[in-house]
Amino acid sequence: MLGRTLREVSTALKQGHITPTELCQKCLSLIKKTKFLNAYITVSEEVALKQAEESEKRYKKGHSLGDLDGIPVAVKDNFSTSSIETTCASNMLKGYVPPYNATVVQKLLDKGAVLMGKTNLDEFAMGSGSTDGVFGPVKNPWSYSKQYREKRKQKAHGENEDSNWLITGGSSGGSAAAVAAFTCFAALGSDTGGSTRNPAAHCGVVGFKPSYGLVSRHGLIPLVNSMDVPGILTRCVDDAAIVLGMLAGHDPKDSTTIQDPVKPFTLPTFADVNKLCIGIPKEYLAPELSSEVRSFWSKAANLFESEGAKVIEVSLPHTSYSIVCYHVLCTSEVASNMARFDGLEYGHRCDINVSTEAMYAATRREGFNDVVRGRILSGNFFLLKENYENYFIKAQKVRRLIANDFVNVFNSGVDVLLTPTTLSEAVPYLEFIKEDNRTRSAQDDIFTQAVNMAGLPAVSVPVALSNQGLPIGLQFIGRAFCDQQLLKIAKWFEKQVQFPVIQLQELMDDCSSDFEIEKLSSVSLKQ
Amino acid sequence: MAALVVRLSCLGKRWVLACIDGGSRHGRGAAIGLTSRRKRGQSSVAQQPLIAVQKSRKGEREWAAVVGLEIHAQISSNSKLFSGSQVHFAAPPNSLVSFFDASLPGTLPVLNRRCVEAAVMTGLALNCRINKKSLFDRKHYFYADLPAGYQITQQRLPIAVNGCLAYSVSVGKKPSQVSTRTVRIKQIQLEQDSGKSLHDEPRSQTLIDLNRAGVGLLEVVLEPDMSCGEEAASAVRELQLILQALGTSQANMAEGQLRVDANISVHHPGEPLGVRTEVKNLNSARFLAKAIDFEIKRQIHELENGRKILNETRSFDDKLGCTMPMRDKEGKQDYRFMPEPNLPPLLLYDTASLPPGADPQQVINIDWIRERLPELPGKTREKLIQQYGMLPEHSFTLLNEVGLLEFFQNVIKETRAEPKKVTSWVLNIFLGFLKQQNLAVNESPVTPSALAELLNLLDRKAISSSAARQVFEELWRSKGKTPSQIVSEKKLELMQDQEALERVCHTVMEGHPQVVMDMKRGNPRAINKLIGLVRKATLSRADPTVIKEILERKLSS
Repeated sequence: MLGRTLREVSTALKQGHITPTELCQKCLSLIKKTKFLNAYITVSEEVALKQAEESEKRYKKGHSLGDLDGIPVAVKDNFSTSSIETTCASNMLKGYVPPYNATVVQKLLDKGAVLMGKTNLDEFAMGSGSTDGVFGPVKNPWSYSKQYREKRKQKAHGENEDSNWLITGGSSGGSAAAVAAFTCFAALGSDTGGSTRNPAAHCGVVGFKPSYGLVSRHGLIPLVNSMDVPGILTRCVDDAAIVLGMLAGHDPKDSTTIQDPVKPFTLPTFADVNKLCIGIPKEYLAPELSSEVRSFWSKAANLFESEGAKVIEVSLPHTSYSIVCYHVLCTSEVASNMARFDGLEYGHRCDINVSTEAMYAATRREGFNDVVRGRILSGNFFLLKENYENYFIKAQKVRRLIANDFVNVFNSGVDVLLTPTTLSEAVPYLEFIKEDNRTRSAQDDIFTQAVNMAGLPAVSVPVALSNQGLPIGLQFIGRAFCDQQLLKIAKWFEKQVQFPVIQLQELMDDCSSDFEIEKLSSVSLKQ
Repeated sequence: MAALVVRLSCLGKRWVLACIDGGSRHGRGAAIGLTSRRKRGQSSVAQQPLIAVQKSRKGEREWAAVVGLEIHAQISSNSKLFSGSQVHFAAPPNSLVSFFDASLPGTLPVLNRRCVEAAVMTGLALNCRINKKSLFDRKHYFYADLPAGYQITQQRLPIAVNGCLAYSVSVGKKPSQVSTRTVRIKQIQLEQDSGKSLHDEPRSQTLIDLNRAGVGLLEVVLEPDMSCGEEAASAVRELQLILQALGTSQANMAEGQLRVDANISVHHPGEPLGVRTEVKNLNSARFLAKAIDFEIKRQIHELENGRKILNETRSFDDKLGCTMPMRDKEGKQDYRFMPEPNLPPLLLYDTASLPPGADPQQVINIDWIRERLPELPGKTREKLIQQYGMLPEHSFTLLNEVGLLEFFQNVIKETRAEPKKVTSWVLNIFLGFLKQQNLAVNESPVTPSALAELLNLLDRKAISSSAARQVFEELWRSKGKTPSQIVSEKKLELMQDQEALERVCHTVMEGHPQVVMDMKRGNPRAINKLIGLVRKATLSRADPTVIKEILERKLSS
């Protein structure tokens, strides 16, 4: 049951094959068994069971709230959750319990979803590995999959298996791992430069970044306000569409959301592939791109072509400036957004009370990690009066050029762009931390970042397993506010590629000794 | 650091002396030799100096002072600029604080329509160009009562620009010599107020009250077109009246709804402008004028003694009457301005540009607001002058005292007396009594109706002018009595019996043959003596003009 998609389990709930409480308990027990993944910072067991109970009452009365009623979901720990600790994986917010729900969280709860907990991330979502949070790194469930383990055994390196676990990507790695390890059916991430799509690709799940302004940011603790979007992580495209339908629309609390009403929708089966025009941006053929990802990318293009779609090479000429431009804009907004963490109203406060200034300084030094402090420092540098023109204004201009690149391509008749999501499959943690956070973020966001600058919708769909038995994802980028059209195409593609389900039964058996996991007799992990 | 503090405080004391000295010599305003100037770069010849130009001690050269103002007016609205919290003065600390006001992470600003309308109204009233597109920016600085670490303001593209404000100052010795001046308005911007810090020195604690944090402010920037404290104070007073007439701000300086920062510099006419200082947080018109005049004098003194003026922020000590450097504002601040990413550009429309089918709740039409602007003080004064034949300076006095115009109009409504008579009574006697006892109009023991009744008695000659004064004094003392009651109790009504009065006149003339003789010899003053004697005999109940008539008739017969 846990391995099913949201839509399937929703049908099972409606038909009474399983009750919300049973489903919730199964997920809770799996969360405990996979605790070593470190996907969750907080497991809201009591709240979840209570919500499941409420849901059960509704089902009994025949008053279900819809497709999400009784569905276990997880939320990244940078969304405010009323009476549930919200930490952003930072010392600064350890122990901070918000008094309100983020709009997206409230919408999920209003539709009857059951909140399992808050998922792990890089501190304040600054990172691409989910390795830089104060609660430790998230482990990629695929590290423990049958598919990956078998490949590794063939190679027989003789290394210590358990020290070679893989990163999830980030910064929404906790949410990606939670969905990939079947501990929930959908999770919220956030996406500023690829933070939802990147871990989705590494964890073999669907990661969707909606158009900027389609989904409310109220309650999402910001990284870069002008680029942040709540992201959706699910096991299939259809599920992402269901969740999007519940979340999209104007929010009076977020002035940047669209005014027009958005109705919930279901994705029709796409039949007009032969009328599509798929663009392949030539600038995305980066030298660092692994040959495997590259080959899947061209196979995907061929697939569309063979079904009658027009596939053309397009140019996004300003792509190469995206990384440095993002660096300036991101750090500047970070410097500004982080100014509120001064230890006065909430969050960490140091013991020093010589003066208010000394208290600020010590609080912020103790509260933020090096990555956050580094970004604050550079952001403030870029915003200085003497630098503003040369850095911030220029970066804004470059951002406009990058956005215009997309506009031009879409105006030329392209329906959707097809690109890789990441350079390669997930790498081992020990490999990943050889480079610093800044270098990693710059490398890993290369295919995803420009989309945030332009505010476009994009989705990463798992395509196939690499030679190592690890997932590889490809990204579709759509026109602004054509999110449904984008998901329709992604759904068609997903159906063609038939991405394999993660084989975790072995993980449970293997790890049971190491992690004291009881046997999962009642839980079927296979579809 | 300690040495610096000592030096500064010495400086402060010295200036107190200087200020007292100046005050006693020049009287009101304590102004020193100034030539007014109109606009940057324009010669000062055109302007009549407010007070005679004072030559500097070292001789020949005159000084000109340049004053610009930044005025923060708290918008009168039910809720804050970007949150739904109520706005209320003197509420219990931290009782009006939303999650946004406390800057809880993840909260976002939502612009208050009422505040935007208030800004548009104010902009129109001050002859500004309203920008159909304006932007919000973040201004960063760390301060305990600024929870987000930045203030949302309009630095790059404010809502209104390029206006002007006409105001009047009295020139010369007589208060009736009023001159109208104009100050240009650079811009009006919408921004958030900060919270309040209360420093508990003995416990070395700072207490924060966030009730005010996020309240909407209109920052009105006045160009440096003023040249002394009185001009600045008059301009601020006029702005205050306009804001109150519009209802966009209560503009009560004592409650902090209107706060003024002044930029001041001095230079020799014809030479480039001097280095300016900024005097912050002036919270009364009187202190504003005093602070500016003190600062001008200080700067001249510094320069004449070969010292330099530092570009610094100073505060005004109203007890010592001098300005001092603000220690916490030392060092150059870089506010690291950045566009506010959570607020889209603020778009306004006029009837021509209004998108068809636009939801009236979602758009603001400038023309619609313009058509509904209330009457402004300038217009009110004009009407008073036309309607009642009032002198311009009287129209100013009527508007400048809170509630006085309304009082005047209520008296006018209920009396048959001449408007000029009413004006004179309201401005001379009534206002005089108020000032003497330091009362506001609404604290007056005399109601408009009572004064109207009194003036009616006077008008139909039921009482004499002097009796009217007596009645007024009695009204002031004994609340609740009507003028008629007082008149009859005190027997103050004029003698209406002509024959009886003639008899009294006759008796007086017979009793004072010498005076009658004087009169007949042509001494014009003698008749006044007789009138006085008759009045005395009638216990002041006779009309002197009637007495005079009778006496003259009797003497010539």
